[in-house]
Amino acid sequence: MFGGAFGATDGKAREHTISVLVENRPGVLSRVAGMFSRRGFNIDSIVVGAAEEPGFSRMTIVLVGDERELEQVQKQLHKLIEVIKVSELDPAEMVERELALIKVAADRTNRAEIVQIVDIFRASIVDVSPHTVIVEVTGDVKKVEAMVDLLRPFGIKEIVRTGRVGVLRGPKPSGVHGDRRRGLQAVGG
Amino acid sequence: MLGAQALVEALKAEGVEYIFGHPGGAVLHLYDALYDSGLKTVLCRHEQGAAHMADGYARATGRPGVCLATSGPGATNLVTGLATAFMDSIPVVAITGNVPRALIGRDAFQEADITGITLPVTKHNFLVRSARELPRVIRAAFHIATTGRPGPVLVDIPKDVGVEELDFDYPETVDLPGYKPTYKGHIRQIMAAAKAIAEARRPLLYVGGGAIASGAHEEVRAIAEKCDLPVAMTLMGLGAFPGNHPQSLGMLGMHGTAYANYAIQNCDVLIAVGARFDDRVTGALDTFAPRVEQIIHIDIDPAEIGKNVIAHVPIVGDCRTVLSALIKKVPEKKHPEWWAQIDEWRREYPLQYRPGDTEVKPQAVCEAIYEVTGGEAIVATDVGQHQMWAAQYYKVHGPRQFVTSGGLGTMGFGLPAGIGAKLARPDKEVFVVSGDGSFQMNIQELATAAEHNVAVKVAVLNNGYLGMVRQWQEFFYQRRYSDSRMWSPDFVTIAQGYGIKAMRVTEPGDVRAALEEARAHDGPVVIDFQVAREENCFPMVPAGGSNSDMLGPKGWIE
Repeated sequence: MFGGAFGATDGKAREHTISVLVENRPGVLSRVAGMFSRRGFNIDSIVVGAAEEPGFSRMTIVLVGDERELEQVQKQLHKLIEVIKVSELDPAEMVERELALIKVAADRTNRAEIVQIVDIFRASIVDVSPHTVIVEVTGDVKKVEAMVDLLRPFGIKEIVRTGRVGVLRGPKPSGVHGDRRRGLQAVGG
Repeated sequence: MLGAQALVEALKAEGVEYIFGHPGGAVLHLYDALYDSGLKTVLCRHEQGAAHMADGYARATGRPGVCLATSGPGATNLVTGLATAFMDSIPVVAITGNVPRALIGRDAFQEADITGITLPVTKHNFLVRSARELPRVIRAAFHIATTGRPGPVLVDIPKDVGVEELDFDYPETVDLPGYKPTYKGHIRQIMAAAKAIAEARRPLLYVGGGAIASGAHEEVRAIAEKCDLPVAMTLMGLGAFPGNHPQSLGMLGMHGTAYANYAIQNCDVLIAVGARFDDRVTGALDTFAPRVEQIIHIDIDPAEIGKNVIAHVPIVGDCRTVLSALIKKVPEKKHPEWWAQIDEWRREYPLQYRPGDTEVKPQAVCEAIYEVTGGEAIVATDVGQHQMWAAQYYKVHGPRQFVTSGGLGTMGFGLPAGIGAKLARPDKEVFVVSGDGSFQMNIQELATAAEHNVAVKVAVLNNGYLGMVRQWQEFFYQRRYSDSRMWSPDFVTIAQGYGIKAMRVTEPGDVRAALEEARAHDGPVVIDFQVAREENCFPMVPAGGSNSDMLGPKGWIE
């Protein structure tokens, strides 16, 4: 029915990863972050780094929302003058990684056990002190979370996570689909 | 060449005529360069006034308005004006000084992070980091302000950039890889829209400010006449279609005409042109347009489409370009049954008020302004009851004639915007319709009007209240008039103190004579209309209510 076409959202919120190519200028991050806070969208994580071309940066933003919110986020991002391309990364087609550095309490009695867990996860120990080790783990969110869960009983002193970055598999650059939502077709009726 | 001179040359290259501003420490270099530049500067008495004058200039002409303020408080005083322009998509270029580059970030005297502050209320802003950047930045600022969906752009110039040397070369083109507005509508969507319009039994054209921004008024009229479409306008859309045209239903929404609101609640095909389904138009979204089968939404801003309602036929593009393509695809049509229904609503629920025998009715003043000017004057308004009455009873005939703060609803807008409009269009009569509350919010600009003999005619509908606040308190707060009762100074004496001709009208019979006297005077005039104190503005859709459930759809006949 048509009545359902109005209103703020259509309910089914899920996680989305979007890739945003921007001009690397002062203030561009605050423009992007400001747009999210001003319009009441939530950012789960945002990662910014240099893109393949000099003068440009690429942001990977993870947010939770339904299709309409996602569409608005993309369109509003597009309106920012310094935003070149916006594209959603399809979870089925993307490679996603996060890096975490985890400082864990460790001494002679349990260090070997930690090393074992680290090996199983193909993570690595990047620093050892008499009372701590620092574990570096790279992977998707599930892997990082699992690692954290397993290390927790030893006593986690500090965690630093990069937030997620993502890229589409295959030859397509992230951004080809940037404009596909411009003339979104109606679904009501 | 020095940075300050480069700015002047750039402004000249952009065809700037007036600069509305106020000098101060950080813009001394810029003002020095303006001194003998040939550009006309207008000294405002408050930077908010400068921003609104630039805005009024832009609304009256479609050309960008320019304002200039110093750093810190000068810049922050512009903010309300920029937000006003932003909400209504008005091209304004604001130039601010800032502290010298070496002092930025050190909390220097009169330092404010104005690019940070104005981030959410400008289309874009720039901090100029070297004089070399100035020509490119000014070129980009004007380009961004005036193209696509227009809007205000701020350029912040540190003081020492004004005296830095550069080789001036004004760029012809802009390099903005992320900025490419879509002007031409998608042909398949245009065909879908044509089909929906051809099959419509109860169509309605819903026209917003975007139609005026794109200069689509002739196309709006052409398609309305070809397809026999009733036309309802938003506050911002007034003038996009002649208010005296038989197919005009006037304004829709919270204080729209009953027949426009009934038409929208009963239409089957809704054609939105440069309108954004604002809450003041739709009322409660879940009750909005319950019988609609097809929504066609034409807008240059893709983000407007699907923001508040989902369109069945979204068309991203310039209203004028899209409409002129669409007109060729739609067949001529008549809708006698639909019009019979609408005419019945018009008869049953006309826009009306109880005329005053002893009191001056505020609506009567608006109606009289319409009659004496023949609907050809530019009317600038403030915000409140008087604004709604002006929108209802001043049936604007053409575009860029109704200058009002629609989105932000900025009290204090009317007088400075009217001054900007009059300077922009000296050939046009300009009336400012204000209230006793709004008038005082930028009353200092009477000095600007007096100094330049700007012939704005200010009609203050003085009811001794913040009338719209009082009306809401009457309906929704058990008549507890908390701070809405308002003492005002004697506006006649105040105006005379500024050297401005002033009159007071207390009798209904004197309204026209006063207006005529004001029109005949070569210079600004203030008329203090002492109007009925507790008049209500009807019809009214309570906030969050349905357009079908208006209070007072018959005006005073309950």
